[in-house]
Amino acid sequence: MRPRKAKKIVFKSAEEMPLMICSVGHQTHNLTGAWRNIRPEIDLERCIKCGICWKFCPEPSIDVVDEWPVIDYDYCKGCGICAEECPTKCIAMVEERK
Amino acid sequence: MSPEAKKEKKFALTLPAEELMACGHLACQGCGATLAMRYMLKALGQKTVLCIPACCWAVIDGPYPYSSLDVPIYHCAFETAASTATGVKAGLEATGDTETTVVAWAGDGGTFDIGIQALSGAAERNDDIIYVCYDNEAYMNTGIQRSSATPYGAWTTTTPVKHFKNRPKKDIVAILAAHRIPYIATASVSHPEDFVKKMKKAKDIRGTRFFHVYAPCPTGWKSRPEDTIKLARMAVQNGYFPLYEIEDGEKTTVNLKLKERKPVEDFLRLQGRFRHLKPAEVAAVQAEVDARWERLMRSCAG
Ligand SMILES: Cc1ncc(C[n+]2csc(CCOP(=O)(O)OP(=O)(O)O)c2C)c(N)n1
Ligand code: SF4
Ligand code: SF4
Ligand SMILES: [Mg+2]
Repeated sequence: MRPRKAKKIVFKSAEEMPLMICSVGHQTHNLTGAWRNIRPEIDLERCIKCGICWKFCPEPSIDVVDEWPVIDYDYCKGCGICAEECPTKCIAMVEERK
Repeated sequence: MSPEAKKEKKFALTLPAEELMACGHLACQGCGATLAMRYMLKALGQKTVLCIPACCWAVIDGPYPYSSLDVPIYHCAFETAASTATGVKAGLEATGDTETTVVAWAGDGGTFDIGIQALSGAAERNDDIIYVCYDNEAYMNTGIQRSSATPYGAWTTTTPVKHFKNRPKKDIVAILAAHRIPYIATASVSHPEDFVKKMKKAKDIRGTRFFHVYAPCPTGWKSRPEDTIKLARMAVQNGYFPLYEIEDGEKTTVNLKLKERKPVEDFLRLQGRFRHLKPAEVAAVQAEVDARWERLMRSCAG
């Protein structure tokens, strides 16, 4: 799995900022899962491990863990592409409550 | 399949596993341009430098000092993607680095319109860069204004329903082919295996290489985010956006041959930007697609 959930970096003064224009890393502190209205839920009983959901996720927030697809809800924006493209239709989009 | 056998089964990866794009980026839900970037980096790997002018991707990546990509990015002015890439390539070569792939990554506005002069210059000099235009068919980053890549019939904020765009999309691939550069390809986010294969091929060619990538935009097309892949696939299958490559400006190969093409109407009806089109106008779109397809077939024949 990739390194995730980097901390947000706050420069307290101009002196603390790097002199060169360079990136300090990912903005994985930005938990885009908060954007979601509907949440994909995979029924692994019916999953055939075809990899199509992983291939088409634009975040990408579907990981492969022990050869199974696992959605990282901290980042999934709920676009629904995985559910639409899954050939066995084993991903359901359910309303997000809260 | 028995549960035990399924447990043993490997998860099928049809693309390279390496992930150079991180979560937390700022793209809209269902963004096609984001997928295009993910696939390109899978094909090119980490020894890549990107030059990105003003476009959605200049924002998606994240505000300074963060970046969602694991490769260096040079943010440049709107009209300068190609010339910036040329300069970066020359700079790397001056330091003895001949390996790193330099990519200019621009939207359709930055390519078809304002960036075409710099692109034409680089192509004419045959500078050693890969230029990728991800085409969402309008200026999306600034709020959906028409570009010369906007197709006939489409609504945008500058081509409102009463005055929808009544000119066809500019044929950028033909313009590049006229420069006789070594490699040109079209690609679609619905066919990532084809995209990755062609990008890997391009990586090993020297000179100017150009990719035109179809990248649906739910926000600008007024389509459902879950339909992004479906729309891109329909466009490929009905001949609206055929997948082909042109080598040395001459040899045209269609990568996905179509026995029969489906009507474009179903594709148009899934997008709010075409909702106003009357049957005669849909027929005009179909006629344009048919004519383009015929032209492509003729160029393949020789
Ligand atoms: C010289 C100049 N003119 C105008 C702009 C404003 N601007 C920024 S992004 C953009 C639209 C980009 O459209 P496109 O290249 O299609 O990329 P997209 O946003 O659709 O991804 C415009 C007009 C600018 N940054 N610089
Ligand atoms: S697309 Fe569906 S069947 Fe295929 S791996 Fe994903 S969840 Fe399983
Ligand atoms: S809903 Fe969209 S963002 Fe969430 S896992 Fe599926 S494809 Fe990825
Ligand atoms: Mg655009």
